[in-house]
Amino acid sequence: MSMRGRGLAFGAVLTAAALTLTACGGDSDDTAADPAGGTVNIFGSQPQNPLVPVLTNETGGGNVIDNLFTRLVDYNPETAAPELAMAESIEPSEGNTLWTIKLKPGWKFHDGTPVTAESFVKAWNDGANCNTGALNQYFFGPDGVNIKGYDAVAGTYDAEGNLDCAGIEPDAGMEGLKVVDDTTFTAELAGPVSIFATIVGYSAFAPMPEIYFTDRPAFEAKPIGNGPYQFVSAKANESIVVTEYPDYQGEKKAQVKDINYKIYQTPDAAYVDLLANNLDVIDTMPATALAGDRWKTELGDRSILKPVGVFQSVTFPLYVEEFDNPELRKAISMAIDRESVISVAFNNTRTPADGWVPPVIEGYQPGACGEACTFDAAKAKQMFDDAGGFDGTLTIAYNADGGHKEWVDATCVSIKNALDVECQGKAYPTFAELRNDVTEDKMTGIFRTGWQMDYPSMQNFLAPLYATDAGSNDGGYSNPAFDTLLRDAAGQTPEEAIASYQQATQLLAEDMPVIPLWYGALTAGWSENIETPVFTPFGRVDWTSLKLKG
Amino acid sequence: MGAYTLRRILQMIPVVLGTTFLIYTLVWALPTDPFAGRCGERPCPQAYVQLMTEKFNLDDPLPWAYLQWLGGLFTGNLGETYTGLLVWDQVASAFPNTLKLATVAIMFEIVVGITAGVFAGLNRGRFIDNLVLLSTLALISIPVFVLGTTLQYLLGIQFPIFSPTVPPGAPWSSLILPGFVLGALSMAYVARLVRSSILENMRSDYVRTATAKGLARRRVIGLHVMRNSLIPVVTFIGADFGALMAGAIITEGIFNINGVGNLVYRGILNQEGALVTSVVTLFVLIFLVVNLIVDLLYGFLDPRIRYE
Repeated sequence: MSMRGRGLAFGAVLTAAALTLTACGGDSDDTAADPAGGTVNIFGSQPQNPLVPVLTNETGGGNVIDNLFTRLVDYNPETAAPELAMAESIEPSEGNTLWTIKLKPGWKFHDGTPVTAESFVKAWNDGANCNTGALNQYFFGPDGVNIKGYDAVAGTYDAEGNLDCAGIEPDAGMEGLKVVDDTTFTAELAGPVSIFATIVGYSAFAPMPEIYFTDRPAFEAKPIGNGPYQFVSAKANESIVVTEYPDYQGEKKAQVKDINYKIYQTPDAAYVDLLANNLDVIDTMPATALAGDRWKTELGDRSILKPVGVFQSVTFPLYVEEFDNPELRKAISMAIDRESVISVAFNNTRTPADGWVPPVIEGYQPGACGEACTFDAAKAKQMFDDAGGFDGTLTIAYNADGGHKEWVDATCVSIKNALDVECQGKAYPTFAELRNDVTEDKMTGIFRTGWQMDYPSMQNFLAPLYATDAGSNDGGYSNPAFDTLLRDAAGQTPEEAIASYQQATQLLAEDMPVIPLWYGALTAGWSENIETPVFTPFGRVDWTSLKLKG
Repeated sequence: MGAYTLRRILQMIPVVLGTTFLIYTLVWALPTDPFAGRCGERPCPQAYVQLMTEKFNLDDPLPWAYLQWLGGLFTGNLGETYTGLLVWDQVASAFPNTLKLATVAIMFEIVVGITAGVFAGLNRGRFIDNLVLLSTLALISIPVFVLGTTLQYLLGIQFPIFSPTVPPGAPWSSLILPGFVLGALSMAYVARLVRSSILENMRSDYVRTATAKGLARRRVIGLHVMRNSLIPVVTFIGADFGALMAGAIITEGIFNINGVGNLVYRGILNQEGALVTSVVTLFVLIFLVVNLIVDLLYGFLDPRIRYE
């Protein structure tokens, strides 16, 4: 099922196919010599879009795309740090506005055609072009790497707010991208982006083979990439099969020949199949297995609970006057007993949030949120009354299709007990209906929000969510000082940038536009057929770690 | 009878048109933009939304959009889902699975249900009768998901007699357990229906007459009692077949059967109008055809009913 079904917010799809697996340690030479064999069955979900990188922004398709395509960088399976994959080097100019990318030579797509600088440039231009209608279009623009000339191909808005692609050729490219030679290209940006090399590991930045541009239906029927696995077959709502690509040029080799993404009607059915060893990997336990820690009892050491780059929160509609008071917002935050809500509603499979950036991200500061995220009923009540209290009933809006009722109710109970104010959950039937009202600024009370990282950077947890008028700034927060810090960070070295982001986080702690609730964790399990796999901070299984038992 | 059948078939046309229009209207009347939730916490890029809106005629007035869909239906093109898959492909892969599942369930109803009912009815008050009454009471009172997950755990994992889930392609042998779970409730109803029907008919005048004129008990029961007792059962099973196909969603979910129940459920969640309308139209057609068959069967079972 998609992340929507689970109700998790996701910025977009995750790229987890990390290349440097060191778990094999000393005997890595032996393993490399072993021919890969067998099939591993992984819990999958039906992709929501054709298997095209710029069209894929959810886990069902993203898991497959990750195996089919290798991008310029990959993320380390343990630390999520970006590591060069197809790129030999990615060098910035002074000020981070011009990036020179050199590719490793000799790479080929699954159809035998070479992967060149052109393959990247054309693919990125296609993703940004208005006519493509790509779901990941914004990653090329100001919300992402901000390539110069993006505006000219992304389309213009007419007076009624409709986008107009007229006058933009379908193959029109961005001015900032230039092919130097077969293995070199440059990207000139409209403004500095210090984390360019991190962002381009996201799946939307994959190179595309010529057939994608000349015969799109053929490509969609049989996607062709440059990754460790190549596409074999897909049967709607049943399975997607990929097999090892023998000519793969990456440093890491597959240890299993075929991967079969088995698509389940419900996660419960998948769990039962895991118990019966018909399925080898599940990366999200169903609620029924979490209840009473059933999964730990039944799977024992074949299960893992591991923090991932997910942040869950509730957001205040700052356009509603009653909530336009930081002290009131902090009081409500302080009134939430995160520990007990997590224990009641999640069987302790979450970590109480003490800030706006999860611990798996470099630059995480323990206790960034300060006392406002530490439960203290008496102090919260005091602050609440000092701030003028709240007339009527507080509501927390959520989507009923994502299993949120339990924690919303528990959170309300906590608020009610601490602040002596009425609090109720407000259910929207579907995620789409909730988001519809959120984006149209129609919310009247607090609502649930969340974020799953697109790429591992503090920037990804701050800029899209709290910068003025940013794409996912749902509450309408605006603080010029915050915006300035983020702009500064974009032109700084990575270390300086982290300091700026941490400063920006302090502004969030003062303003409390969004209440941090908890950080997500992966609840995964595997069968008796395979060796212990590695799960990434993106919440996915690392393909290099998949290996059948002896 | 030919004329009657023809008339019934002609009557189906307005019914199908009317229901599809209603369903189409309801699906598309949902106030929400179907692309509001597709990009998580971000609004989708406008370029994507406009491309999809155009592709799926979402901006056209409803009657016109309906006519376009209907036109597609008659030319065998049911359209695409937002995920880029053909609706026809999805229905074609899911429908046979549900049909097989419902068939297995019906077989349980017929074989087990009727047999149990007959034995209970003929042995009123004895052990077998009490056993049937008690076990059917148990089946009726257990919700299907409890029965399904329990049996799946017991017979699929603890004592692995059956595969706990149904593999792709849904081979018949893998459908025995899900079929039993799906048909269990109706099986219990059928048993009780047959039992009471038989009890009632055993006391009727024509049975006494038949016995009085010296017919063998075997023949009295086999020919007279059974035939008349089966009329209500045929109605029930007929109507149930449609209900089983459309209502298998829980069973399909538990045993991971790629069937139409889950297809339409996902379609509703994702506001896939073309998919939902197509599948529901199929349900309507099934109900209509099954009803017709049931009505025609009456004519054979009950001599008092004859169609001109």
